[in-house]
Order: sequence, then structure tokens, then C-alpha cells
Amino acid sequence: MSSSRYETVIGIEVHVQLNTKTKLFCSCSTEFSSSDNHNICPVCTGMPGALPVMNKKVIELASKTGLALNCKINQRSQFSRKNYFYPDSPKAYQISQYDLPICENGYLDVRLSEGAVKRIGVTRAHIEEDAGKSSHHGNYSLINFNRTCVPLLEIVSEPDMRSPSEAAEYVRALRSVVQYLGVCDGNLEEGSMRADCNVSIRPFGQKEFGTKVELKNINSFRFIEKAIAYEVSRQADLYDNGDQDQIVQETRLYDADKNKTYSMRTKEDAHDYRYFPEPDLMNLMVSDELLKELQSRLIELPFAKAERFKESFGLSEQDALLLVQQREMAEYFEEVATKSKEPKLSANWISTELMRVLKESKQDIKDFSVSAGDLAELLVLLSTKKINAKIAKTVFEEMITSSKTAGTIVEAKGLVQDDDPNSIAKFIDQVIESNPEQVEQYRSGKEKVFNFFLGQTMRLSKGKANPDLVSELLKEKLSK
Amino acid sequence: MSISLINAKASEIVEAIKSKKISALEVTEFFLKRANELNPQLNAFISIDQSCIEQAKKIDMKVSKSEPLGKLAGLPIGVKDLLCVKDQVTTAASKMLANFKSPYSSTVVERLVAEDAVILGKTNLDEFAMGSSNETSYFGVVKNPWNVEFVPGGSSGGSASAVAARMCPVAIGTDTGGSIRQPANFCGIVGIKPSYGRVSRYGVVAFASSLDQVGPMATYVEDCALVLEVISGEDKMDSTSLGLEVAEYSKESLGDKKINIALPKQYFGDALSEDVKQNLQTVIEKLRADGHKFNEVDLPLTEYAISTYYLIACSEASSNLARYDGVRYGYRSDEVSNLESLYLKSRSESFGPEVKRRLMLGTYALSSGYYDAYFEKACKLRAKLKKEFEKVFESNDVILSPVTTDTAFKIGERISDPLQMYLNDILTISTNLAGLPAMSVPIGYSKLKMPIGAQVIARSFDEKQMIAFAKLLESKKSQNGEQPDVF
Repeated sequence: MSSSRYETVIGIEVHVQLNTKTKLFCSCSTEFSSSDNHNICPVCTGMPGALPVMNKKVIELASKTGLALNCKINQRSQFSRKNYFYPDSPKAYQISQYDLPICENGYLDVRLSEGAVKRIGVTRAHIEEDAGKSSHHGNYSLINFNRTCVPLLEIVSEPDMRSPSEAAEYVRALRSVVQYLGVCDGNLEEGSMRADCNVSIRPFGQKEFGTKVELKNINSFRFIEKAIAYEVSRQADLYDNGDQDQIVQETRLYDADKNKTYSMRTKEDAHDYRYFPEPDLMNLMVSDELLKELQSRLIELPFAKAERFKESFGLSEQDALLLVQQREMAEYFEEVATKSKEPKLSANWISTELMRVLKESKQDIKDFSVSAGDLAELLVLLSTKKINAKIAKTVFEEMITSSKTAGTIVEAKGLVQDDDPNSIAKFIDQVIESNPEQVEQYRSGKEKVFNFFLGQTMRLSKGKANPDLVSELLKEKLSK
Repeated sequence: MSISLINAKASEIVEAIKSKKISALEVTEFFLKRANELNPQLNAFISIDQSCIEQAKKIDMKVSKSEPLGKLAGLPIGVKDLLCVKDQVTTAASKMLANFKSPYSSTVVERLVAEDAVILGKTNLDEFAMGSSNETSYFGVVKNPWNVEFVPGGSSGGSASAVAARMCPVAIGTDTGGSIRQPANFCGIVGIKPSYGRVSRYGVVAFASSLDQVGPMATYVEDCALVLEVISGEDKMDSTSLGLEVAEYSKESLGDKKINIALPKQYFGDALSEDVKQNLQTVIEKLRADGHKFNEVDLPLTEYAISTYYLIACSEASSNLARYDGVRYGYRSDEVSNLESLYLKSRSESFGPEVKRRLMLGTYALSSGYYDAYFEKACKLRAKLKKEFEKVFESNDVILSPVTTDTAFKIGERISDPLQMYLNDILTISTNLAGLPAMSVPIGYSKLKMPIGAQVIARSFDEKQMIAFAKLLESKKSQNGEQPDVF
């Protein structure tokens, strides 16, 4: 492939919808599912004379995110107006931050799939308001203003990514961070997180960046990779043919169905936004108290958490990364591991049994009916050999449906492992007696039949017999 | 009727209603009748609310039930048609908003109503408050009650004309570069532009957000002060309003206190007419005789104030007026074929030439490549101008100056020369740039019997001292008892 001769350079702007009850500059609800034009008022529909008033919660959420991204928090920042005409922008300007954003000069460490760690620079993060949503119907269009004035944090990266997968990993890591912080639900499909990717290529060794193209309209991680990959090969083809001049600074939209990007507007059509300081708002101040409080309450982020899980619980890289993806899952695991004192067993159970159940029932760990303490109890029964692994799985299923504890189920159903050699010996005798043919086979060297005896004995014990003991006694008796 | 409503002070009217000497209904009917009779001649109101007598009846109900009454009980007030009143048409004197019914009320109107004022109607103005003569209104020129061939000034010309003709005892105006003080001056009444941040701008159609302030206009200083008490104070809907203490301005007086009064050299230049000069000289002499001290001071940046002001005001306006796009409300052209033509035609067909001129100027000043040379430079100059005033106030209590270089001019005289029109504001705009409180107080008349006022400028948020001094100034007015032509 020709693109192997070129280095890919990617910078990403991610719009994160900050999780507030009310909008950025008015008291309307931010409820996503409300009926059209339900959450609107004079302020967010740009009525004559209406004025914006800052939602204080946004200052907290933006600063918190900035700190997590290792940014410098500007204790005095400023709003500006970005002027442009579009029907879904009711004031014909967007209130955003321009010269003085609230967060600057940070970074995010991203774990790449090969296990390496890459530090991606975060140029800035600034607060701005969302626009409304237009829909077009033949010869007329409708606008829903529910989304206007919903608070966004635009996080701008340095052009530090070098491949489509690095780009996707960066956005994934960023999503994990904002979800951990609880500042955003991180839903790409529903648009509460949106990524615009600036993509350029250059021959290896060239210092100057190539002309960048902005890709918009990408609403899944898979599409981030695919859209960039397509764009890179489109640009590489132009380079190969000596047509690199035809790479122009423009905005291109990604069409997922055709897996293609197409031009939306070129630089010549670009707006002159005529930014100027927003006179209706005072400077945005982050107080010393708030900053100190946020710093003291900084939570452990996924990257650090995975490191700690590896170190103190002896987890594998793969298990650790899997468990830290979602904050609630990581916390669930940690509780199970601590209470059961069996971290590896906990990691195995959660990453296989529990995650399977969640996936099958399309549930989130937040709504899962079995508490971490209850799962720990089950795992203790298993690790102390009170029950065996097979019984443990059945008990787990029952815990989910009945919301009873493992101990109660095991006791009520008499599922405690049978460790009594005498009662197990009786089962074995029964099996040997009723299967003379197989005994003959085994004794003549066909050792595979052993599993048949094992299965028959377990069945007679209704699964309760200690499998190790069964195996031991079987070998003893069959060799006689 | 036990009081002469036509010349009564607001406080006297309210007191008469409270003590049942007169009913709120009688008061409202008196001014409503006068407004209806005089409006065809003066065009001071864009809309008169004939149902305002219902508001008056409610006040009378309160009186009869001995319920507590507000500070403005039963006082009819005209409100500049730039302030939104819920469910009423708010036009900003533009074709663009000629049919716009506001879904909400401005904070100022809510505060007036909370103190039991009666909103008589919406007064005329220059389109979107852009003008100094009230000739740019889509609803026609307003006439000066002292001589109907003359302009009332602008942009709050409707409010000034209405008060001067006593169609209402008090009116509300807005002042971005002199829009309260200049028409008050031309119409022989009192007008206060409060400190920036003193009065909420919520619900006031924005012209230039960093300069706009709402203020009262009335026959007497005390009436203006009373209304200012009501409308002042922090509003959680306006982030630029400040939570500073609001005094009982109507009770302020200097008493025996002698003060230092600054006379800026640049405000008494050659451009001043003989009439204005003489009238000011007369009051200065009277005040000096009372023992007040006058100091000549220097405000050298005054010469840059006009260009600074027009760059900032037009830049902000170009953004503030962008929302009038024909999409959600307001005028929409009939001949629209696509989105671009919707914008172009709706705006082109409904904004007047002065509004278009300022929007283009502002758009240009903010454009990439010009921002640093124009808008940013203007902001820097503005900061310096503010410092210049601060220095004057280190050793002076107030500034006294003319409001305009001359009395009201004739209708049509300057409308074709925008620059000449802009120069009208030279003595008033600096205080908007500096955010200072300033007011216009009548002090006399020209040989042609046109009113002349003086401007009082005070320290930031020192409305107390400004009003106290204005009361003294008011008492020095010569030729008391002059009446406008229409009386």
C-alpha cells in the first residue's frame, strides 16, 4: 500500500457534553428525550433582550476535566462570541471561549493496543454552548432548540497521533476519563461526545505538516478508524500521483454506508467568525477554594488504576485493562477482590461469568442485582472448596434471579460439597457395579473411559461430590 | 381633583392616591386622555395601552382594601419601546420587530409593576436606539413639544417628548451614548443614565451591550431619583448587574456641604453655542456664590471618544442584531427561495439605512485583519479614558458640563449627514465608555425659547452625590414657569 511511504498526522477536537441538569446559560432542562422545543426559554431561543447567565456547575465540571487531563486551569478565563448565521444558532453567534480558555497545556497517556504507552498533548479545553438541531422535510425545515445552550467542553489535542488506531485509542481513553469523572456519559452514538479529526500526511522525514483536512460526523470508534484510514489512503493516492496540491484545507464528512469522505466546505467558504469578547458575561473565575477542593478530590483515573491492579492484585495486563474500562466495573471488582481475598479468581469470574451475563441481558453493572459483597461470598465458598466450580455457576445464576445470597442457596438446596470419602466410595461402587463393560475397557488400557466414570459418579452425587476426591478414589478402586 | 396633575411631582401623585385624595383611575384617565389627544401631533408613543385603566383599577382595589401599596402606586409611566413587556408588541421602532409580541417582561418593567406603577404605553425611539434625533424610527419622526418643527433628540425621543408634554409624569429611556441625556436636554426635562451595572438590562433589546443602560426621565430630579430607586439593583438574569447598595436617591440632598466641581476644558470649546455658554455661566456663578469650588480639568482623550464609541457600539450591535434573521420571529420576506435569500431579503427589507450603516461598520471593524486596528484599539482607548476620569475624581466630586453644544435642531436638518449627527454625542458618550453615572438637568432656555440643560457626571456608582448636586442645580434654573408650545 502506497500509504506506507507517508507519515500520518492526526489531531482531534472532541466535544464533550457536560452532564448538568440545566443548560449553560439558562435554567432550561438538558433532558435529551424531551419532546421537540420543550426545553426552551427566551435565553436559549435568542429572544430580543435575553441575556446569558453562567451555570456554576459547568465551571466545576470543566475544571475537574482539565485537572484530570493534566491541564493548567486558568483561574480567569473569558467568553467570546463566534458569529455565524445558521437557523439552528438562534442568536446567530455561539458563546464560546477563544483567547482565554479555562484549561490549557495538558496531556493524556494512552495505552496502545501493542501495550506501549503514548502521551498525547492536550492543547486546550474550552466551554461553549451547543446549537439546535435542524431537520429537513422536502420544501420545509424544522428546528428543535432543546439542544441549544447545552454545555459542551471542547477538548483540542496536539497533532500527536500517527495512525487511525492511535486516534481511536485516544478518544477511547478520553471517554473513559470523562466517564470516570462523571462529567459526561460518553455516548458517541447519541452525540454526547463528538470527535472531529484533523488528518494530514507527509513523506517520512519531512518536518512540515501536510495540508490538513477536517473530518466531521463520525459517531463511533470503529468509524473513527475507518474514516481516517480512508482519508489517509485518499491523500496518499494524490501524493503518489504528484497531485498533493489537490489536498486542500477543507471540512469533509464521513459517509459510513459508503465508507468514504466527501467535501462539505473548503477554506474559501470558511466563515470569518469575527470573535470578540462576550460583553454580556463577566470573566469566568475559578476560585482558589474550588481549585483546591477539586485537586483534593481528584479520583484515580483508569490508566493509574490499571497499573495498581496489576501491582497489588497481580492481574495480567489484559485483565487489568478490561476491568478498568468502566469506573463502576473497576470499583465492583475491587470490592469483590478485597472481600473475597481472591483477586485473580475475582478477575476471572467478573471478566467471564459476570460480563457474559451482563452482555446477554443487556444490563449495566450499575443496575446489576448481585452486590459485590454477595459475589465475594460465593467466591469464598468456591475457594474454600465448600462448593465446586460447577455448582458455583448454578448458584450464581440463582443469585441473579432470586436475589438470595450464595450461603442461603447452598444451604437450602444442600449443595455443600461432599467431602466424605465413605459416601463418595458408595457412589463409585455403584457406578463400577453397573458398568462392567467399561471397567473392562479401562483395565485393558483404555484410559479415556476414566472421564465416563468421573461424570457418572458426579451425577449420582448430584454434582456435590468433591471432584478431586472422586478422581482420587476412582483411580484407587479401578486399579484394584 | 385636589392637585394639579399636570405639574405635580410623582411623589405628590402617589401620596394623593394613597391618601385617597384622588383615585388611581382618575390619574390614569387624565394622562391617558392627554396621551391620546397629543400623540397624533407629537408621535411620542408607538403604542398606548388603552387597557391601562384596568391596571389603575387594581391599584384602587388595593387602596380600598387598605393593602400595602408600592412606591409608585398608580403612577402612569411610558416605557421606551426597546423594553419587552410580556404579551405586548415590542418593536424597537423597527419594521423587523413591528409585529413582535414578547413572551416575557424585562426586569425593569417587572420592578415598576411590582411597585404598582401603571404602564401607559410604549414610547417611540430611533430604530434599535440608533440615532440622535428620533428620525430613524420606522413609526415616524417624534416632535419636540417646545416647537414641533424641532427634533426631540434621540434615541429616547419619544420618552422625552411624552414627559415634556406631560402625556405621562415619568418615562423610561435607555442610554448607550447619550440617548437619555440628549433628548432630556432638548425637551427640557431631567434624565439619568445610571452607572453601567446599576440597572438590569434583561429584556431590553440590545444595541451595544457594554454601553447600554436603562434610566428614568421626568420633569423633576426627585421623580427620576424615585424611579431609579425602584429599578436599580442586582438582577440574577443580568450577569453585568452589580449587587451594590441602592440608596433612597429621592431623599438625597447636599445640605450645607460645599463640593468641588470639575469643568473639563474640552467640554467648553469653541463649538459651544452662545445660548448654552451663557446659561451654563449663569448657573456656575450662582453655585460659586453659594461657596462651591470650580476647577478646570483636562480630559485630552475626549477627541477620540467619538471614534472609539462608534467602533465599539457598532461592533457589538453587528453581533446583537444578527439574531433578527426572519427564522423564529420578526419580519420575514415574502420572496424567499432558499436560506440565504431568507436572511438577505428579510434583513434588507426591514432594517433602515442608519441600522444598516452601523451593522456594516461593526462587521467591518470585527473582521479578521481589521480587529486589531479597530476594535481592539478602541477597547484599549476606552480603558485609558476611564483612567482619565478616575484622575479627575481624585480631587473633584462631580463634573459639570453642557449636554450638547446647542439646543434642539430642526427636523430634517442633519439626517442626511451621519457624521454631523454622530458629533451630537460628543459630550455624552465618554461617560458610557467609562461606565459612569451621568444626568441631564434643565437650567434655562435659549433666545428662541428652546430648553437648555447641564450635564452632571459623578464617580462610578456614586448616584447619591450626582442626584444631590442635580437637585441643587435644578433650583438654580432661570426663567421658571416656561411651558412648551403644546401646553
